[in-house]
Amino acid sequence: MIEARGVGLTFQTNDGPVVALKDVNLTIGKGEFVSFIGPSGCGKTTFLRAVAALEHPTEGTLTVNGLTPDAARQARAYGYVFQAAGLYPWRTIAGNIRLPLEIMGFSRAEQEERIARVLSLVDLEGFGRKYPWQLSGGMQQRASIARALAFDADILLMDEPFGALDEIVRDRLNEELLKLWARTEKTIGFVTHSIPEAVYLSTRIVVMSPRPGRITDVIESTLPRERPLDIRDSREFIEIAHRVREGLRHGHGDEV
Amino acid sequence: MKSLLPILTVLLAIVALWYAAAVKLNSAWTYDQAVRAGTEVSLSALVKDTLAQERPVLPAPHQVAVGLWDGVFGQAMTSKRSLVYHGWVTLSATLLGFAIGTALGIALAIGIVHNRAMDMSVMPWAIASQTIPILAIAPMIIVVMNSLGLTGLIPKSIISAYLSFFPVVVGMVKGLRSPDAMQLDLLRTYNASARDVLLKLRLPASLPYLFASLKVGVAASLVGAIVGELPTGAVAGLGARLLSGSYYGQTVQIWAALFAAAIVAAGLVMLIGAAERATLARMGLVR
Repeated sequence: MIEARGVGLTFQTNDGPVVALKDVNLTIGKGEFVSFIGPSGCGKTTFLRAVAALEHPTEGTLTVNGLTPDAARQARAYGYVFQAAGLYPWRTIAGNIRLPLEIMGFSRAEQEERIARVLSLVDLEGFGRKYPWQLSGGMQQRASIARALAFDADILLMDEPFGALDEIVRDRLNEELLKLWARTEKTIGFVTHSIPEAVYLSTRIVVMSPRPGRITDVIESTLPRERPLDIRDSREFIEIAHRVREGLRHGHGDEV
Repeated sequence: MKSLLPILTVLLAIVALWYAAAVKLNSAWTYDQAVRAGTEVSLSALVKDTLAQERPVLPAPHQVAVGLWDGVFGQAMTSKRSLVYHGWVTLSATLLGFAIGTALGIALAIGIVHNRAMDMSVMPWAIASQTIPILAIAPMIIVVMNSLGLTGLIPKSIISAYLSFFPVVVGMVKGLRSPDAMQLDLLRTYNASARDVLLKLRLPASLPYLFASLKVGVAASLVGAIVGELPTGAVAGLGARLLSGSYYGQTVQIWAALFAAAIVAAGLVMLIGAAERATLARMGLVR
């Protein structure tokens, strides 16, 4: 569970202070799939990084599972998936998934068991001995999700994980991610630029706007949990997407 | 095999130029002799003579080849006239100096990357150290080492290390800093210690840079070892061969020693290249 109360974050830059986040109030419950959407500079990635203790809020309180972000990290509360797969080219796929397990001190036998489990979870059985360059971009990103799942964190934080992939691959991975979420019951925080992606995946969509980065709307999805790809042609889906688009336009209107 | 023809063409051109230069540069002595004897020199006699002088200004390629062959295969390996003996003396100092220089370079680079104070203080000194001509500082090192009771291999290795640590520092600092912010952030999300970041990310990422540095470093090591042999007064080593050759005007001996040094250097660089390929292939970095 993630709880933000009046969270603000100001970067001190050479051109003076930049307000990346202002008065962010949000509660993400266990098992939710929450997407953050908004134009560049709206602070969606900054918020995710603050949850992961990669940035530190300058105002307000932010707790993860009731702990500070730093303490939550110590407790292995979350796995983080970056925009690029960021696999080490000198390690095999299995070796890359082993990386966090080595650092966290799992036994050799447990490492093997966990690698096999998460590889099957992302449908990459049999690819453990391949090197990253032998895999397609989509498969690499699946491997990086497996790496984030390997140490059993409750929360999965994903920063535009499919942003660099083409739409066909992205659709497939979205579908797989939903299945993975249903199977693992993780809490997922997901940053995206894409309205269809946000609507298709989320139980809740947080619309953000820039200068200063803030939340302008939070939309509860009325879509069922079970979502085939063609749900995107349903009226309900289109209505939610419309509301998100309106929210984004509204956020932009403020500053003009 | 396609590249064989251009390579041979270039080689042939160099050899041809060399022969032409040898004829030209050595002709003065031939003409001089002819004037003293009161004879005329025909072109064919000129060519024949200039390419077979005992102390030519520029020895012809075949003279150097014979000198090299004789030095390597024509002598007992323990003979003071054997290039194998002298080559080994220089090579052992080179290898020891290279090992010291590489270890020192890696250690300094790790310090520089992890400590801002070291970054600010060590790097300028490292650069300054390389602006001093090695010929100027080599005798000092020999003298200081000698007063400490160290002679022979060690002082030469120190001079060799003095030249070879620098490319390793520069390459390793760049290599250790090559992982991008995202890769470092990833390790932060695992609560990785500085040691984990070094061993699991920075060092493996720096290996391609290290090998490039090692190739430069090993050649510098050899130069250092040869220079280190000069102030000790031509006792042993390829440097000593160069020096005694210049004392007695034995240009063929100088050139043979030069080529022996070049062959040793080329061999060392090729060995590192092979180690590089093997290591990178093992790491899956060769496609």
